[in-house]
Amino acid sequence: MFEGRAIPFRPGQSLAGALMAAGVVHFRRTPVSGSERGPWCLMGICYECLLRVDGSDNQRACMTAARPGMKTERQDGARLDAAGEQA
Amino acid sequence: MTAWDAIVIGAGPAGIGGGSVLAENGARVLVVDEAPGPGGQIWRGIETVPDSRALLLGPDYLAGKAEAARLRASGAHLAFETSVWRAEPDGTVWLRDNEGIRQEQARHLLIATGAMERPVPRPGWTLPGVTTIGGLQILLKREGLLPDGELVLIGTGPLFYLYAAQCLAAGKRDLTLLDTAANGALFAALPSLPAALTGRGPAYLAKGLKLLWKLRRAGIRFHACPQDLRIERDADGLRVRFRRNGALHSLYASHVGLHEGVIPETHMVRSMGCHMDWSREGAAFHPRRDNRLQSSIERVFVAGDAGGIGGATVALLEGRLAALSILEELGRSVDPLLRETTRRTRRAHLSARPLLDALYRPQDALLSPADEVVACRCEEVTCGEIRAALMADSAGPNQVKAFLRCGMGPCQGRTCGMTLTSLAAASRNLTMEEAGYLTVRPPLRPVTLGEIADLY
Repeated sequence: MFEGRAIPFRPGQSLAGALMAAGVVHFRRTPVSGSERGPWCLMGICYECLLRVDGSDNQRACMTAARPGMKTERQDGARLDAAGEQA
Repeated sequence: MTAWDAIVIGAGPAGIGGGSVLAENGARVLVVDEAPGPGGQIWRGIETVPDSRALLLGPDYLAGKAEAARLRASGAHLAFETSVWRAEPDGTVWLRDNEGIRQEQARHLLIATGAMERPVPRPGWTLPGVTTIGGLQILLKREGLLPDGELVLIGTGPLFYLYAAQCLAAGKRDLTLLDTAANGALFAALPSLPAALTGRGPAYLAKGLKLLWKLRRAGIRFHACPQDLRIERDADGLRVRFRRNGALHSLYASHVGLHEGVIPETHMVRSMGCHMDWSREGAAFHPRRDNRLQSSIERVFVAGDAGGIGGATVALLEGRLAALSILEELGRSVDPLLRETTRRTRRAHLSARPLLDALYRPQDALLSPADEVVACRCEEVTCGEIRAALMADSAGPNQVKAFLRCGMGPCQGRTCGMTLTSLAAASRNLTMEEAGYLTVRPPLRPVTLGEIADLY
């Protein structure tokens, strides 16, 4: 699931791959200016594809395997801390 | 805690070659990689790839299958989906996996962290839908995925043409290539041609020419030497604008791929304090290595693209050579003939490299982008802001980092480090070495305070 929408994927697919195949390229907004970003390097170096995965922020979509029932959301701005405040 | 004889960091060709030879000769070795299996970027997904996709990716890719199997059979301990976030000169390695963080100890380290794509700061390179071509190829290897719709590939270098040819083989036709190789590159490369015709050079050149011929024959839309390239976004999607022979062009794209060659991933060796040299040929920093592939730090070895770009075969051979050096230090007997033939084969595979380096040198415009261009993607710092900071305080990369946060984001300067150094060199008329580089400190991958607290 991404933003409440069901996303199909094949076994072995990354979150980034599954979302891009479904036409999603906007993964997050930057903490600095709020500009839209999506996957860039797809090899775990650039940290551009960060998503909130099952409530946990700052997850690299390109390095995370897609699994059934996963709930992913755009990450807008910096990650949220345990109290739900923007870090 | 008993120490490993060696920890191999990275399980691409170099790590596979090193880990296999070490374990086969009785060394206690741990091989660590972030991916779910061996292969690195070049053999990404090699153990799980369906035959249909493997065929499309070609024989060089398939060669990884036997090597990955050899590593599995070697008896090396393998830790996948595991990051190294700190490595110390004394052989202490800090790991992170989904269980948390832990520490391992080794008598020797073999750093095989491979390559990364040269950063390509261009107007619009941060827009969603713009990715590196290396990244697109990872999606193809790992997931069989090609971008839907109009695809514009911008750049140069072997991977640029290879990926274009793989797109063709997979049946993609809505493809446009913008070749950014400099006009005079062919002429500048000529002196390197005789050497490239020795050893295994001709095989590399033949492969390249075959690729170019395939692309030409397929009649893909192709523009050479585009000037004033910029990527913009409008209601329809992405738009690539450029000038060529005085005429303005504008192409619609649903996806754009950028690539300007690869450079060694040097974060780990830098963080350990290994001595670095600027390589003019490779237009990148390389860790200094002796002929046993040992870095400036004793018992820390560097093999494969992490030490200088040579490609998969060279990386595999260097991994084996570094393993032989380590075995020797462990007091095991090493067959001098095996070492000599491996060295000779490695040299033969490197003969075409100077020619390729000269052909696909990054253009000056790329090393010194316009003021408006974002250099640091994480902290959104532009080249103009960096230039102003450099002028105002005649500072170096590390001062600019402190002033502007450039290089302080989650990628830790991997994406902006080279731009920062080249801007500093240009503005103060220094060599790249003199200009210096961002100081790299652990953690090399983000870890949470909670994970560190759990240790105590």
